[in-house]
Amino acid sequence: MKLLIKNGHIVDAKTGIDGIFDLLAVDGKIAEIQKGLDEEGCEVIDAKGLYVLPGLVDAHCHLRDPGFEYKEDIESGTRSAAMGGFTSIACMPNTNPVADNEAIIKYIISKARQEGYVNVYPIGAISKGQKGEELAEIGELKFAGAVAISDDGKPVKSSSLMKKALQYASMFDITVISHCEDLDLAEEGVMNEGYMSTIMGLKGIPAAAEETMVARELILSEYTGVPIHIAHVSTALSVDLIRNAKKRGVKVTCETCPHYFSLTENACEGYNTNAKVNPPLRTDEDVKAIIDGIADDTIDIIATDHAPHHRDEKTVEFSLAANGIIGFETALPLALTHLVKPGRISISKLVEKMSLNPAKILSISKGTLEVGSAADITIADLKDEYTVDVSKFKSKSKNSPFGGMKLTGSVWGTIVNGRVIVSDKVML
Amino acid sequence: MNLKSKDMLGLKDVSAEEIEYILDTAKAMKYVVLSNNKKTPHLQGKSIITLFYENSTRTRLSFELASKYMSASAANISASASSVSKGETLIDTGRTIDRMGTDVIIIRHPQSGAPHLLAQNVKASVINAGDGMNEHPTQALLDMFTMREKKGTLKGLKVAILGDIYHSRVARSNIWGLTKMGAEVSLAGPATLMPPDIEQTGAKVFNTIHEALIDADIVMALRLQLERQKKALFPTVREYSRFFGLDDNRLQLAKKDAIIMHPGPINRGVELTSSVARDENSVIDEQVTNGVAVRMALLYLLTRRNSNEASN
Repeated sequence: MKLLIKNGHIVDAKTGIDGIFDLLAVDGKIAEIQKGLDEEGCEVIDAKGLYVLPGLVDAHCHLRDPGFEYKEDIESGTRSAAMGGFTSIACMPNTNPVADNEAIIKYIISKARQEGYVNVYPIGAISKGQKGEELAEIGELKFAGAVAISDDGKPVKSSSLMKKALQYASMFDITVISHCEDLDLAEEGVMNEGYMSTIMGLKGIPAAAEETMVARELILSEYTGVPIHIAHVSTALSVDLIRNAKKRGVKVTCETCPHYFSLTENACEGYNTNAKVNPPLRTDEDVKAIIDGIADDTIDIIATDHAPHHRDEKTVEFSLAANGIIGFETALPLALTHLVKPGRISISKLVEKMSLNPAKILSISKGTLEVGSAADITIADLKDEYTVDVSKFKSKSKNSPFGGMKLTGSVWGTIVNGRVIVSDKVML
Repeated sequence: MNLKSKDMLGLKDVSAEEIEYILDTAKAMKYVVLSNNKKTPHLQGKSIITLFYENSTRTRLSFELASKYMSASAANISASASSVSKGETLIDTGRTIDRMGTDVIIIRHPQSGAPHLLAQNVKASVINAGDGMNEHPTQALLDMFTMREKKGTLKGLKVAILGDIYHSRVARSNIWGLTKMGAEVSLAGPATLMPPDIEQTGAKVFNTIHEALIDADIVMALRLQLERQKKALFPTVREYSRFFGLDDNRLQLAKKDAIIMHPGPINRGVELTSSVARDENSVIDEQVTNGVAVRMALLYLLTRRNSNEASN
């Protein structure tokens, strides 16, 4: 089986390729990148005027399967991911039951093999039941196929347990991802603490609730010498703390999400529950600092934190609404619009943040178009200007604050293991 | 003049002209409240429902009486004695009430923004009778009515609001309304009970009750919710009342003719002493009368607006 992508502008951060070439994939692997390759016997995609990138890798999403299939399942979630140009995604363990054991990890992997449109890599829990009391069977999780461990959705409250998690995980060389939130400081907060929370009469989550925990993780990582990955960084001081830690040589990596560089707390106005997310949307200054952090490589990756919720969980009083934003189908367009278009980062840098680096952090052999690697490819149309229509999303849930927004740049095609899943913006 | 919105959700979204208009209308309504024959035809054929998810004495009763004085059909629903206790959502409850031909739904709810959610989902006018820590617009309107009646105008008035500003929807509505009407608002309370960045509204924030009281025309003490102590927001009621309680001595700092207000119910001896509550300048009882007049005015203006729209 041969697939030829012609005349596209190929950008691959790992090999440094950046120019107009043809790309040939044979039997699901990248075979050749050259000018003027022969079409004979190939399925041909004409990518003239389009960018051909290594398939996007999402290190942080929620597929809700098992347990919350009314919000999303592996089939619908991976379909949504494919539409967003993601060819590999890592799903968080806050399912029901929690992915804290071999059986759930294997269930996710096998269901994804049968029903998934893209590669799915489960993340296991740090603690049993994500309760923050005892370590989960981290060794078994790793051998069952978990690519990282995290109690995402909940912080590991006990500093002692986090220290042990780092030490124990290092034996198995598995990445530890921390959801940084001091629950005492966050209290019953439902949005960023500040003027907006004051005038909406809502309890606020101070930036300090994230930052104190980021500081703890940096200290624990430095103390144990074990790498740590900080999930969904949302505040200016978090970026600063991580920047300084990196200078000190702490083995820290971190991610942010598109909503933290494209929206502020003002999106909550009118009690818009689609803008309710944890960590909460912050201020203009935070957005600026996040973008600076992306540009100077303090922030290593952009992850979606795709968090589907049913309509009924969002059309309620703001304080009672579920936290989360769906992200697959807007992530690349938002990054192109807010980071690439204004010239803050290059396409090659974007490929690093959304493909190469997430693959590295999860230790999976993805994120490049190097000859011999899997033919996971994303084709992007950088000139496409369009208005986001949430009703067209492939995700089961529609909880996005980006509906009606004008964006520049879209996903034109998605190829997974040499198989064309999305072409000309349509799911095949 | 017509009110711009079908709903009264908060004073944040209401203009100074509209506030003025409501207060002017309330002036006429007050004659009715104080008259021997409390019946007008203004709301004849209108149906008004109070939907309360929290306890209330004066707000609920004054809405009910306001409706009845103006010949409306009035009924009330309590969350505890309705389908709400069976887990019905706010939107479903609202739609049910709406479909019974209701013209106005008056809602009190522990969650900020609940009236906004209701208003988006019903045809009826929605009046916010207090939502979480957000707003209590009719309380602020009756407070402003009282101040204007006593002082002639709101413009240039110095208003001191004291106590637990953080949890107070009364304070927020008063800040919006008073600053729009050209009054100067000073706030004082424990730092742990002061909402962040509140000074961006135009109100001044003080650490001591003394600074806020100096030359005040109006002194408004807020109810201290005693359960807040459990959350360590202040050490003891005793210490609170020592530093932030309003007593006769502290009252001397305000203007001689300063009036004393409280939205009720009062914790006597905590936010103010019994002697201050009984002071000749205390208008706490009159606030209650004015509450009925202001709510009559608002009900009249909102239902009139709807009938005007229907005939257009």
